[in-house]
Amino acid sequence: MDLFLILNPGTLLITVKCCSDQPKVRCKMTMQSILITCSPFSPVEHNSQLGNSSRTTRILCWIMTGPKNLESRTKHIRETWAKRCNKVLYMSSVETDFPTVKLNVSEGRENLYWKTIRAFQYIHQHHLDEADWFVKADDDTFMVIENLRYTLSSLDPEKPFYLGRRFTPFIRQGYMSGGAGYVLSKEALRRFVKGFDSGNCTHFSTLEDMALGKCMETMKVEPADSRDVKGRQTFHPYPPDHYLVRQPPRPRPWYLLYDHYAPVEGPGCCSDFVISFHYIYGVQLYVLEYLTYHLRPYGYKYRFNPDERIILKTTTEST
Amino acid sequence: MLSEGGYFMKGMAMGGIFCLLLSLLGSFRPGVESDTDSHHHHHHVQASGRDELRRFSDTEMQKLRNQVQVSCIIMVQPKILAYWATALDTWSKHCDKAVFYTSESTKALEAHDLNEKDDWTRLRKALKHAYDNAGELRWFFVAQPTTFAIIENLKYLVLAKDPNEPFYLGNAMKSGELEFVSYDSGIVLSYEALKRLVRVFQDEDKCPERGHALWKLSEDKQLATCLKYTGVFAENGEDSHGKGLFNSKSVERLMADSMQANPNDVVAGCCSDVAVTFNGMSPNQMQVMMFGVYRLRPYGHDFHDLLEFKAPEGSDND
Repeated sequence: MDLFLILNPGTLLITVKCCSDQPKVRCKMTMQSILITCSPFSPVEHNSQLGNSSRTTRILCWIMTGPKNLESRTKHIRETWAKRCNKVLYMSSVETDFPTVKLNVSEGRENLYWKTIRAFQYIHQHHLDEADWFVKADDDTFMVIENLRYTLSSLDPEKPFYLGRRFTPFIRQGYMSGGAGYVLSKEALRRFVKGFDSGNCTHFSTLEDMALGKCMETMKVEPADSRDVKGRQTFHPYPPDHYLVRQPPRPRPWYLLYDHYAPVEGPGCCSDFVISFHYIYGVQLYVLEYLTYHLRPYGYKYRFNPDERIILKTTTEST
Repeated sequence: MLSEGGYFMKGMAMGGIFCLLLSLLGSFRPGVESDTDSHHHHHHVQASGRDELRRFSDTEMQKLRNQVQVSCIIMVQPKILAYWATALDTWSKHCDKAVFYTSESTKALEAHDLNEKDDWTRLRKALKHAYDNAGELRWFFVAQPTTFAIIENLKYLVLAKDPNEPFYLGNAMKSGELEFVSYDSGIVLSYEALKRLVRVFQDEDKCPERGHALWKLSEDKQLATCLKYTGVFAENGEDSHGKGLFNSKSVERLMADSMQANPNDVVAGCCSDVAVTFNGMSPNQMQVMMFGVYRLRPYGHDFHDLLEFKAPEGSDND
């Protein structure tokens, strides 16, 4: 989104125009005394191509699930946020018409890392060219794909990056919480698979997120900072009430102990453009879907508008 | 002799019991509204649709937007201090004016102490006080802090309505012949409705200050009764698609109901995009609602609403 000042010599007239280099995005210019803002003007039916750069941000989502959760959890994900991924795969131990992909791994907590390894290998083998970023989520994770796309749009998928809620312990460069969901760039995925092919990465632990973090470190994949421009978190390993409720100043509660970046309790915890919450299933999933995509205060001017720019005006003309 | 006397006594006893039953049933007036009745709305007020609003010029819209100002009348009690504190920190900040009226003073929080234990009498006093101090405000929203409200959506509902006409809006329910607005999902009164109400407060026959000793009606039904005498009737507040805006249940409850009733279209079948109130949420859930309503959104979506409401000054959770 660009704001142009066009000086017309001889008339001392300065024209202000909002323009965009995105093909489907028109600009809307609004005026409030000396504040001129350009914002994306997109139809209510989601413009999923929106981004700050002309690079594509195709996202492939894979959901870690199993036969006993399809009806109670995964079905509702399929009805809600999964539709916003460019491609979605449901990884299980059994093939079904859901549709689920059969990984040669049994169900159970102790097999989560095996499932993760096999899932990424499967994706690398069959779907590598269909996306730029590869997201893993649990069947009790709620994700806002538009916000993930926004965060990823300034990163190069050909570089080795991975994002999520960064935890500190066990791994020197830290690792990303499994429950909050994490994203690998295309290059990161290549390196993960190569790690296992070469034996540099092994199944040394059943703790999926920590073990993956170790492989990322070994293969020199960089953990990126997923927080917004105000330092607020976007990925969350617990439901919203664990973070948003105001608290008196206190030592970190147990669920914030692993955080790499100093956590904030209360309204400053979380970005407006949240990417995920965890332990969300059943009614709660639909509640979050409603709050994110439907319920709104009519006409409300949101406080946080990261695309705004301030310029002094003399005379203006809206286009 | 004895047997005849026995029959007579039995007859008398049965007759007596029968008479007693008949008189009890006759005087018994259940205040229970049947669920099927409560959703059969004769009177409803809908928010203006896009086409209707587009007919206004920009200047007219600006005028409407500046004129729609809401005075919130929040009835609190120390025994629900957590809700009181939460209302203060959350939705009440979006009222143009918010006054808290309490049943008794407490050192923890400040409010107008009406020094009145009776719920109905206290509500009357609060309404009169709000009317006397209305200033420029022309719309009044009465609620308890156990209700969560989105004031911008209330403003949207009444935007093109004339406050000099009598409006009495909310979740309209029916109890026998009486249509009333349920207290637990908030009550909206226009200036004219409140004016008439305050006037009928003077009439001890039509609108007594202390409720009847034996059959005490709840405040919302008392209110409806008094307003009815002034020619003001309860109307159901709805969006432009006819969906109710004032909810006596929480988002979670409504969504659970929708999962049962509309399993293939849970969210669309649930609640309005511009809902005004929800009830039955905990103080912590209300804090989460502030985030969910005023901040959480997908990047790039624009609803192209036809007017703008600014965020309140000095607030960090919206």
